[in-house]
Amino acid sequence: MVEAAVTSAASSTPPHGLWFDAWERLKRNRAAVAAAVVIVTIALLAALGPALVAHRYDSLDWEQIAAPPRWDGSHWHTAHWLGTDRLGRDVFVRSLYGVRLSLAIGLLATIVSLLIGTAWGAIAGYVGGRVDSLMMRAVDIFNSLPYIFLVIILTTLFDRGNLFVLFFAIGAVGWVTMARIVRGQALSLRRKEFVQAAIALGARPSHILLRHIVPNAIGPVIVYATLTIPQMILYESFLSFLGLGVHEPLASLGTLIREGSVEMEAAVWLLLTPAGLLAVLLVCFGLLGDGLRDALDPGDS
Amino acid sequence: MFTYALRRIAAVVPALFVIVTLSFFVIRLAPGGPFDQEQALPLEVKANLQAAYGLDKPLISQYVRYIGGLARGDLGPSFRFRDFTVSELIAQGLPISVMLGLAAIVFALAAGIPIGIFAALHRNTAVDHGAIGLAVLGLALPSFVVGPLLALIFGLYLHWLPVAGWEYDARHLVLPVITLALPVMASVARLTRGSLLEVLRAGFIRTARAKGMNEMRIVWRHALRPALLPVVSYLGPATAAVLTGSLVVETVFGLPGSGRFLVEGAVDRDYSLVMGMVIVYGTLTLLCNLAADLLYGWLDPRVRHG
Repeated sequence: MVEAAVTSAASSTPPHGLWFDAWERLKRNRAAVAAAVVIVTIALLAALGPALVAHRYDSLDWEQIAAPPRWDGSHWHTAHWLGTDRLGRDVFVRSLYGVRLSLAIGLLATIVSLLIGTAWGAIAGYVGGRVDSLMMRAVDIFNSLPYIFLVIILTTLFDRGNLFVLFFAIGAVGWVTMARIVRGQALSLRRKEFVQAAIALGARPSHILLRHIVPNAIGPVIVYATLTIPQMILYESFLSFLGLGVHEPLASLGTLIREGSVEMEAAVWLLLTPAGLLAVLLVCFGLLGDGLRDALDPGDS
Repeated sequence: MFTYALRRIAAVVPALFVIVTLSFFVIRLAPGGPFDQEQALPLEVKANLQAAYGLDKPLISQYVRYIGGLARGDLGPSFRFRDFTVSELIAQGLPISVMLGLAAIVFALAAGIPIGIFAALHRNTAVDHGAIGLAVLGLALPSFVVGPLLALIFGLYLHWLPVAGWEYDARHLVLPVITLALPVMASVARLTRGSLLEVLRAGFIRTARAKGMNEMRIVWRHALRPALLPVVSYLGPATAAVLTGSLVVETVFGLPGSGRFLVEGAVDRDYSLVMGMVIVYGTLTLLCNLAADLLYGWLDPRVRHG
């Protein structure tokens, strides 16, 4: 990565490094750009949308029980755009709250797993030797465990409803792949001349790790993080669907899909709205992650 | 091969130990016990119950007792289903879950491999793009979205198949098996396509072509066998995916498999039931991984000497 920056700086064209090139490549990938636009749109809608209408996520409308979606131009502020559920709660607002929760938890759990995984992998790869083999042995064991079952055990550990603590825990279990990726990078970076130079200059290991190893290993980390977010969103919805996640009156995409699948005979829109949102989010994060991978690691594609 | 097998088996043992130990201690840390109900029990009754189940002893001696029972295949009594042991409960549902999972994996292979081959042989045509698009979709859509949608379309609207429920009748299994198989099938198709394309670029295939060998024969006799190796190593993760998916599918379609015990046990804080399920499903996953590893080592000598 450093070499790329040096060669481009030496040429006569204005200097642009790895990140600029990656950005250029990403912009040319239409699917990834479209996916990013959709994700941002949904996120904005989730942040601002509930303020557009008069309903709250837990307010009941006894006049409109299980009402189908209806577009009413003159009463757009009070209309139930996507219908209501069996308690007369607005599906549009509840779905957007579900998206909020899913996105927040997906990001939080990803950040946790990213921090732990990067630290673990960078230390193992940089220190090497027996420390490395011991740390990676732990990673191997963790990796062979069926992840979702551990997560289900963890759901019994915390009081229901305290989702952020739970997802902190899920992120803390999900760091192993990240650790592997970073370790591989750290192993090869350790032998690079600029790291050897830093060692020769007497830099402290913590300084080398934070200033040289981690910043240069960040590309694959970002790619994997983008692919981790939908994974975490999926885990949350999965648990909520099974009744192990958030509880009423809070809404998550998983609980909404569960309610919808129970009510689908009478009220299809209860299933289609959250299921559609979840599917679109997952597909878009997948496309964006693929696009980032191609952009940051062009040799592989 | 023998040392390779021993190495693989030796790698499974610590993982099993970690599963048992971790789940035991984590679950005992959980707030609230199995006897905390809406209406609190009198203290003496609760103390008696805890003594009867050995919950009043120090954690370490509970652990030793549990491991001892485990060695005899005894997973302990269920706290909620008072008249059953955990082993009995699991033995009741497991055959249905295993049948469901096996059917799903067979279906996924039987459909996924041909789709992958077909897409690879018609590379960059509309057929290929269609197949890959479907595979991406199949991977992205979780089973708790696909399941209800399939039930909606084929059960409620078209009336072709039963929406949910269980009788000894193959028709009740069609939608659950498809729901379970879909993501696995998508992965298999993608893997097959990718590795077949790679193998078709290899030197020995060029040699076969140079000899003037018939293209069909090249694909079936020479390219396919090495191309299916990644699919073999995917079989391990596939079982994990199917076991996880079965939790959802059994809930969606109301099947009396063992997956629901894991969920109900977690909701009720029925320690021994959750632990028993995690140990059984965890062991199944690890054993299937081991089987896939051994199969791979047998098929590809490079792995066992590497």
